[in-house]
Amino acid sequence: MNGIHDMGGMQDMGPIQHEKNEPVFHHPWEGRVYGIDRSLRAIGKWNIDAWRHQIELVPPAEYLRISYYERWLRANEELLLAHGLVTPTELATGSPDAGSAKAVPAVNAATAARSLGRGIPSSRDPSAPPQFAVGQRVRARDINPVGHTQLPRYARGRAGIIVIDHGVYTFPDTNALFLGEKRQHVYSVRFTARELWGNGASPHDTVNIDMWDDYLELV
Amino acid sequence: MADKENAPLDRRGFLKTAAASTAAAALPTVAQSKDDEPDHDHQDLPSDPALRAKALESLLVEKGFVDPAALDVLVDMFENKIGPRNGARVIARAWVDPAYKARLLADAPSAIAELGFTSGQGEHMLVVENGPKVHNLVVCTLCSCYPWPVLGLPPVWYKSAPYRSRAVIDPRGVLTEFGTHVDEDAEVHVWDSTAELRYIVLPERPSGTEHLSEEQLAALVTRDAMIGVAKVPPPGEAP
Repeated sequence: MNGIHDMGGMQDMGPIQHEKNEPVFHHPWEGRVYGIDRSLRAIGKWNIDAWRHQIELVPPAEYLRISYYERWLRANEELLLAHGLVTPTELATGSPDAGSAKAVPAVNAATAARSLGRGIPSSRDPSAPPQFAVGQRVRARDINPVGHTQLPRYARGRAGIIVIDHGVYTFPDTNALFLGEKRQHVYSVRFTARELWGNGASPHDTVNIDMWDDYLELV
Repeated sequence: MADKENAPLDRRGFLKTAAASTAAAALPTVAQSKDDEPDHDHQDLPSDPALRAKALESLLVEKGFVDPAALDVLVDMFENKIGPRNGARVIARAWVDPAYKARLLADAPSAIAELGFTSGQGEHMLVVENGPKVHNLVVCTLCSCYPWPVLGLPPVWYKSAPYRSRAVIDPRGVLTEFGTHVDEDAEVHVWDSTAELRYIVLPERPSGTEHLSEEQLAALVTRDAMIGVAKVPPPGEAP
């Protein structure tokens, strides 16, 4: 989806606001939302890519207006509703509907620390052979899917060199929509700054972007 | 567009007050904050995240989806245990131990685990090395990917629109904004974390540190240097 989240290359966002001695969480509720998010993800109803897509579905003006953890809060509310874990009435009232079943938390105090270690499966999977090799010149496909993708707009149609093969990963575009993991190789593709931004860019600079097989074609 | 994630103090103050007075907040109120845009299309959601988060936690605890004690543990981990001090120890070890540095550059997750640091978002980490003529800079233009086990949770600026948008198109301007000078003829390599790889910059060891212990070196290493927006300053120069 060509959404506001895909902001690489925009120029009108203002100065970077660096905060000295910044706290990990600016308000107690941010930490609670962080913990809620981890606890709900561990239930296993949605995957990391579906979660990212849900964040991206925050409408553009809202996305820029609200804070980072507010986006997390909103995404979790939407996912809870979409997957039937809470009803709209429950979300509006903050209380369970009469007769609603009681679950057992997927993460408790004893397992919370370990729950952070879960997540990304092994990148060594011989059943998905690489489609490209280090040193090859490739072009990022010009695709504009309306669902989730991790191919940023600023790289589409541009040519670069594969510099690292990172092994096999779940393909986010299908996984986000629960259409399968479609595991395939991910590479770091090195683009010159001039290929991406024209001759005004420094001839010494590059941008390295991680890309799945399905994002690439040979030049 | 100003960075809304660095909310002004008056709004922070407002939120604190709101959170403190919300013991009976099981019933969130409908959005009426002056912050709401007239064209905003989620009018049915309450505006104050502190109230909403509290109501949501209460609901999820009652329904058995969330253990509040687990939330306490997770918050404590990131506030007190996992953070850039972990990464600083990795960098200092790489500076004093060439064999460790070689392992770190070849297989970062294993080398980092040698020092006892493992957790989510860090299974696939890669260390990129700065030198006199090479400077690396890490960004996640699409969201907020960041090496949690070694740096903790990312700062607000890293997740904000100004940094995410400009780091790829104007890295040298961003570096200047952070007060970081990179020679015009040096290479700047930006790493956009668009997949599950998490990047950490191995900064240059500053001059005048030959006599320092590993622990003293670790104290010099900053979070910003490991993201690549800063260099590690020589001892005695404040970052």
